[in-house]
Amino acid sequence: MNKRIFAGALIMAASVSLSVSGIVFADRDEYERGLFKRTGTVPAVANKLYATECGACHFAYQPGWLPARSWKKMVGELDDHFGENAELDQESRDAITQYLVTEAADVKPNRKSRKILRSIRDTDAPQRISTLRYMVSKHDEIPARLITGNAKVGSAANCIACHKGASEGQFNEHGVNIPGYGPWED
Amino acid sequence: MKIFTVVLLCIAALPAQASETAITQVQDSYRTEEGSAFAATRGKSMWTQSFIQKKSGKQVSCATCHTADLKRAGSHIRTGKTIGPMATTANEERFNDPAKIEKWFLRNCKWTLGRECTAQEKGDFLSYFQSE
Ligand code: HEC
Ligand code: HEC
Ligand code: HEC
Repeated sequence: MNKRIFAGALIMAASVSLSVSGIVFADRDEYERGLFKRTGTVPAVANKLYATECGACHFAYQPGWLPARSWKKMVGELDDHFGENAELDQESRDAITQYLVTEAADVKPNRKSRKILRSIRDTDAPQRISTLRYMVSKHDEIPARLITGNAKVGSAANCIACHKGASEGQFNEHGVNIPGYGPWED
Repeated sequence: MKIFTVVLLCIAALPAQASETAITQVQDSYRTEEGSAFAATRGKSMWTQSFIQKKSGKQVSCATCHTADLKRAGSHIRTGKTIGPMATTANEERFNDPAKIEKWFLRNCKWTLGRECTAQEKGDFLSYFQSE
């Protein structure tokens, strides 16, 4: 076979496949970018009652970290909330549940919530965010002495101690500053 | 000019006023009979009294989260979150909503003492918060 023709065919084949994959990538890019712009991460808490009531003892976790079934269970058991008494009047409970279930991981789609959902079985209603498979996998490089062994952090549930942008829903590693250790370099 | 001074005084007195109004209202609701009185000294001694917490089995008191010095900020023993000072003179945000006061008395007494506080005990605590 003529080498030139072969090379030409090869280039053509390559460019065809490139443009095809180019289309595919452009599509996915747009999709991801669109998703990212709107909802790349869990939306920040935008409910005053929730922020006050569920932020009194700890960081007010974004509803997007757990599915609706988890939140319903939690609000129904506030008198024994992880060993704490967080009981609340019926009216506030109803209003908070309403907010949680409209913002939950399985209701408001975004990339983080989707990853959360993938790490939970449909039949489970997990109560902790910090022990979800997704969360554990994101934090498995951090030694325990910087978390439970660190008086300024105490537990993996204390998101705001390390993630400076936690209240705004910003959790990427660039915004991390572990007390007594500093920024996180991979 | 006189009116101006009066307005100014009112504004200056506002923060203290808010907690005073709420506390008076709540304390009045605790009074079962004419003349029953609340004592800051009783509130103070109960504040640091230890109890065995039902779930954890640990010794706890109100001061465990709030500190024994009402003018200082405390921190939640399990989450580490800062809790503003309890003395009305040290924290303008304190005790300005009767429903909030009742909500926390209910939770914290049950958690700490394993039972609800009596009207007398709650009234004593409130007098103590105002006395420091
Ligand atoms: C009276 C204090 C208090 C109040 C009020 C409170 N919590 Fe908690 N919460 C706790 C404690 C204590 C823990 C356990 C913390 C730990 O183990 O580090 C906890 C843990 C959690 C966790 C699990 C954290 C993790 O991922 O490990 C979630 C989720 C949570 N709370 C949500 C809520 C919601 C929603 C509300 C409002 C309805 C609320 N909390 C109100 C004290 C409170
Ligand atoms: C001890 C400090 C610490 C605590 C506490 C902590 N994180 Fe992190 N988190 C980190 C560090 C460091 C990373 C980056 C890890 C890496 O890149 O290897 C990270 C990564 C993440 C990521 C992945 C970010 C990305 O864009 O890939 C998410 C999501 C996250 N954390 C959420 C949380 C939530 C929610 C909580 C509370 C329930 C929490 N973290 C508590 C330190 C912490
Ligand atoms: C496990 C920690 C913890 C313990 C123990 C505790 N508290 Fe609290 N308390 C809190 C938190 C958290 C708040 C709400 C935070 C805030 O308002 O800044 C609070 C708020 C209050 C309030 C409401 C203040 C206001 O501004 O209206 C009162 C009253 C109160 N506590 C009384 C008590 C009494 C009395 C005890 C002991 C019987 C006690 N607490 C023990 C954590 C605790």
